[in-house]
Amino acid sequence: MPTSLKRSSAFLLGVRALLPMLLGVAPFGVIYGVIALQSGIPPLAAVLMSSLVFAGSAQFLLAQLIGAGAPALLSVGAVGLINLRHALYSASVAPVLHALPRRWKLLLAYLLTDEAYAAAIPHLLADPKSPTAHWILFGSGFALWAGWQLSTLTGVLLGAQLPADLGLEFALPLTFIAIVVPLIDNRARLVAALVAGVVAVLLVTLPYKTGLFAAALAGLAAGAFFGEKR
Amino acid sequence: MNWLPLWLACGLLTFAIRYSFIALEGHYRPPSWFVRWLPFVPIAALTAITVPELLLVSGKLAIGTDNPHLWAGLVAIAVAARWKNTLLTIASGFIALGLIRWVG
Repeated sequence: MPTSLKRSSAFLLGVRALLPMLLGVAPFGVIYGVIALQSGIPPLAAVLMSSLVFAGSAQFLLAQLIGAGAPALLSVGAVGLINLRHALYSASVAPVLHALPRRWKLLLAYLLTDEAYAAAIPHLLADPKSPTAHWILFGSGFALWAGWQLSTLTGVLLGAQLPADLGLEFALPLTFIAIVVPLIDNRARLVAALVAGVVAVLLVTLPYKTGLFAAALAGLAAGAFFGEKR
Repeated sequence: MNWLPLWLACGLLTFAIRYSFIALEGHYRPPSWFVRWLPFVPIAALTAITVPELLLVSGKLAIGTDNPHLWAGLVAIAVAARWKNTLLTIASGFIALGLIRWVG
């Protein structure tokens, strides 16, 4: 039974659950490193962003906004908007981590990414009362963290030697498509996506991509309104 | 560029979001409307970023053969809807883009 799982076995279970996802994350990390350099970010800053921000798609967007000369406050807002989805994961794992000391909660919150959550949550739900459940999440979180640091470092080292016109920026919209499309499983969510997309195109002339915030709010309101009505 | 304060601000905000409900557990229950609205956030935010990237070329609406990213994006959307696989979706988009540019 999982209740008898030792700390080391729980940790390794989390690592193993995450390993297949590194296949997708590693190329993404390399591309981030290349794009960060092309956006004019110094190599050391590009590498440090991976541990200080530690959020793949947000790092991508931040690099592109810096390349476009966006003001700092807007960049922070955009990162917050993108990462707000992690509040869902936080709410989901909170009951499992409730009794842990604060240092564990701080560490696991720092490591709480899309991939770590997706890899660990089936095991956490299978036995949420296990005294070693948090070691599973730590294993997944740590494996992703290590893979992300290595792959972004590789990208930064490669980046200086690659031509600028490879078209790698297309990885960002493709990644968002991969995240969003599977989430759209009812009509209210489809309405939210359609409204957000249309408003974003209509407001694209607003300076520094501020139309994005209005579009996201419009989509959120439309989806919630449509969901409540039914 | 003064990057360190910007990185720290983005990092702290990201951490605060991830820590939010873990810290609040047992002390506070979020209102039910908040919990119902939360799932729409990633959908609305990420779609608002993605759609202009696909539909616009240099700030102008482009829905013809002059916009390979749009068609490659549509291929990726179809693949994502059918297989729900991140790596497959990204790979299909890049392969479609390469094919469209090679043909056109």
